[in-house]
Amino acid sequence: MENNINAKLENKSSVNVKNLVRTNAIWLVFLIEIIFFNIFSKGTFLSGNNMVNIMRQVSYYGIASVGMTFVILIAGIDLSIGSIITLVNMICAFILMNMPENPMTFVVALLVSLIVGILIGLLNGTMVAFIGMPALIATFAAQTVFEGIAFLITNGRPISGFKKAYPAIDFFARWTVGPIPICAIIMVVCFAIGSFILNKSYFGRYFYAIGGNEEAAELSGIRVNKMKLLIYSLSGFFASLAGIVLLSRSGSAQTTVGKGLEFDVITCVVLGGVSVNGGVGRISGVVAGVLIIGCLTNGMILLNVSEYIQMVVKGLVLAAAVGMDCLSNKGRAT
Amino acid sequence: MNEDYVLELEHIRKEYPGVVALKDVTLQLRRGEILGLIGENGAGKSTLIKCCSGAVIPTSGKIRINGKEFDRMTPQLAAENGIAIIYQEFNNVKELSAAENMFLGRPIRKGMVIDRKAMEEEAAKAFAQLRIKINPRELVKNLSVGYQQMIEIAKAIQQNAQVLIMDEPSAPLTNNEVESMFEVVELLRNRGVSIIYISHRLEEIFHLSNRIEVIRDGEYVDTLITKEATVDQLIRMMVGREMTQKFPPRKPCIDESKVVLELDDVCGNGDQHMSLKIHAGEVVGLGGLVGAGRTELAQVIFGAKPKDSGRILLNGKEINPKSPREAIDLGIALVPEDRKRHGALLGVSIKNNINMPIYKRISTASVISSGTEKATAEKYREEIQIKCPTIGQLVKNLSGGNQQKVILGKWLAADSQLIIFDEPTRGIDVGAKFEIYKLINDLVEQGRAVLMISSEMEELIGMSDRIIVLAERQMTGELTKDQFDADTIMAMASAVVDQRNAG
Repeated sequence: MENNINAKLENKSSVNVKNLVRTNAIWLVFLIEIIFFNIFSKGTFLSGNNMVNIMRQVSYYGIASVGMTFVILIAGIDLSIGSIITLVNMICAFILMNMPENPMTFVVALLVSLIVGILIGLLNGTMVAFIGMPALIATFAAQTVFEGIAFLITNGRPISGFKKAYPAIDFFARWTVGPIPICAIIMVVCFAIGSFILNKSYFGRYFYAIGGNEEAAELSGIRVNKMKLLIYSLSGFFASLAGIVLLSRSGSAQTTVGKGLEFDVITCVVLGGVSVNGGVGRISGVVAGVLIIGCLTNGMILLNVSEYIQMVVKGLVLAAAVGMDCLSNKGRAT
Repeated sequence: MNEDYVLELEHIRKEYPGVVALKDVTLQLRRGEILGLIGENGAGKSTLIKCCSGAVIPTSGKIRINGKEFDRMTPQLAAENGIAIIYQEFNNVKELSAAENMFLGRPIRKGMVIDRKAMEEEAAKAFAQLRIKINPRELVKNLSVGYQQMIEIAKAIQQNAQVLIMDEPSAPLTNNEVESMFEVVELLRNRGVSIIYISHRLEEIFHLSNRIEVIRDGEYVDTLITKEATVDQLIRMMVGREMTQKFPPRKPCIDESKVVLELDDVCGNGDQHMSLKIHAGEVVGLGGLVGAGRTELAQVIFGAKPKDSGRILLNGKEINPKSPREAIDLGIALVPEDRKRHGALLGVSIKNNINMPIYKRISTASVISSGTEKATAEKYREEIQIKCPTIGQLVKNLSGGNQQKVILGKWLAADSQLIIFDEPTRGIDVGAKFEIYKLINDLVEQGRAVLMISSEMEELIGMSDRIIVLAERQMTGELTKDQFDADTIMAMASAVVDQRNAG
């Protein structure tokens, strides 16, 4: 928006149309995607049933992407969220199965799940901020460690059967308000919170400042390390919330449930225009990124595209998204 | 076409989306001359030389090298045609030797193997030609900045550069290094190399150049024969108006009864035994050579680096800031030397920059009061005359002087009592300098205290009420206004060094 002001001074009409297309290009992509899948699935894609399906599928991407947006905004990365999601699934299910059957257990299981996510986030934040480890390596190490721990809880066996005792677990992904699943509402609330933090709270200003220039941010009175700790904990929190939704959706906890999810979430965020170099990005873009990736996954499954081709396509999308970001940075530099 | 000219730029125009960086600039470089290129920051000097190197493609205009016409340059074409540019940042690899750096990317080889000996011999030859003493085997990280620059020059000459473009070559150098650089530049001219010399320091331009070209706001102003030009004339051309005074007058405003900052034998961050007092309404200048420990002292006062011993007193109360945040809350501000790296948040708007230290204060339950935010930014934009279309403008789109004002606005918003300036006008053009000086005056007239680090003797003497000189991490002298004298200050700045040399 601020760049537009400059543009307006000269060359009014053409530049504005260009900018309009540019800022909304991602929604255009989304539209084309929908039309494409709808035509090739012969209308199944936009059917009511599938729409609800997409909402369920998209919700845990969306929830986790809010935390990832903050992380990437400060030029960091969090590779551990996939294993947080797995671990949360296992721990939550484990508590439900092994503690006395009463409503308190349900609450405890959820709380512990969220706290575990936050703690892993704190650990990531400590490694990155106070020890100074590169985020890529620190969170990669965390990913491996917690994936292993998730596996150790049951030696790799899935946990199921808790649904009988606690049908309330269905609340997150299976219950609906009208046609809308609760998890989609949770996602929207998370987006709203993310947008609020970035636009209205002073934390958001700090995030952009740190992403733009850490040293200058510190010298402007921002406690950069504390903010990093906060951001990685938030990432852990949102990941564990996504984990709970996923558990609710599948009804059983598997040790492979979160594998590779960080990849999808990073793709959503970067595709949504959050610069991997930090300092640039908005939640509205991430919403579009999440919808595009969600629909892509769903559409490809609908069209019976093999899992391996799906991997190829998603990898290309990530490369393209980062490539566009880097190209536009290059343009700005000269 | 004129055979005399080795490089000609004709009617160069460069547009960026929304901005015209160069409107119509013409430059003619004669064979074997030094052409001084001057202009305020943002006048388009850098863009112009980037057109020569191929880093920037002009929207329109012609580039002629030895009579051969080009629409645009590429880095390869520029190199093939003997154009070399010495940038402010050097392209060297610190872990490699001087010789290896000279042949970076095009090593001399025997088959697959690098011929280190041949490279070292060639490098030694090139250094000898320039009459500089560098051991070709020395790692670049062990060489001073001056020598590093020499390697860049030697590299250009070794590659048969006919045209050498130097962008602010003296900026990172000490006085002695500048002198040897001058010798090398003059030597090259006498050998027939043509040189474009860009500098803010007019005395250098006068010392070196044969002709001077002035550009302003992306437009060609005039080219003068150096012998016939005067400083006032050049400044007038650069600024576009008359500059009568260098330093604005200040009302006497020192309140001797109020000591804002007192250092009592402070050691830390490499500095030893620092003791000083700054009163309300006073500008204390901190002089000394680069590396004397001035910036380091500022970091300690600002809480960016810890102190080992001694006491810091603010308004008579002992303080011990452990982070910039604490220092800011106590009323201390730092305007750092490297504006782009440490000072301004370039990718963030003016409004956000100014409010950055006070966001917590103007937020209720973490929600920013957008009214206060806007009002604060507008207030300081008005008060210190930040020139911008809106406060939503990104700081990277502002000129150096205006960026400096934004940083200052930030500290005024934070209601700082003590403001530390580290090289307040480095890289700022003449017109904006005067405004910064006026703002410093305003600060002290309002009862604030200012500690000003400066390597520019004129600025130090012109702006300070008192000057404290550091040398080799120690205080070597303190001068009151009637004792100000450039020679005395220089002597104090090199005091410890001399003793050591004598002993």
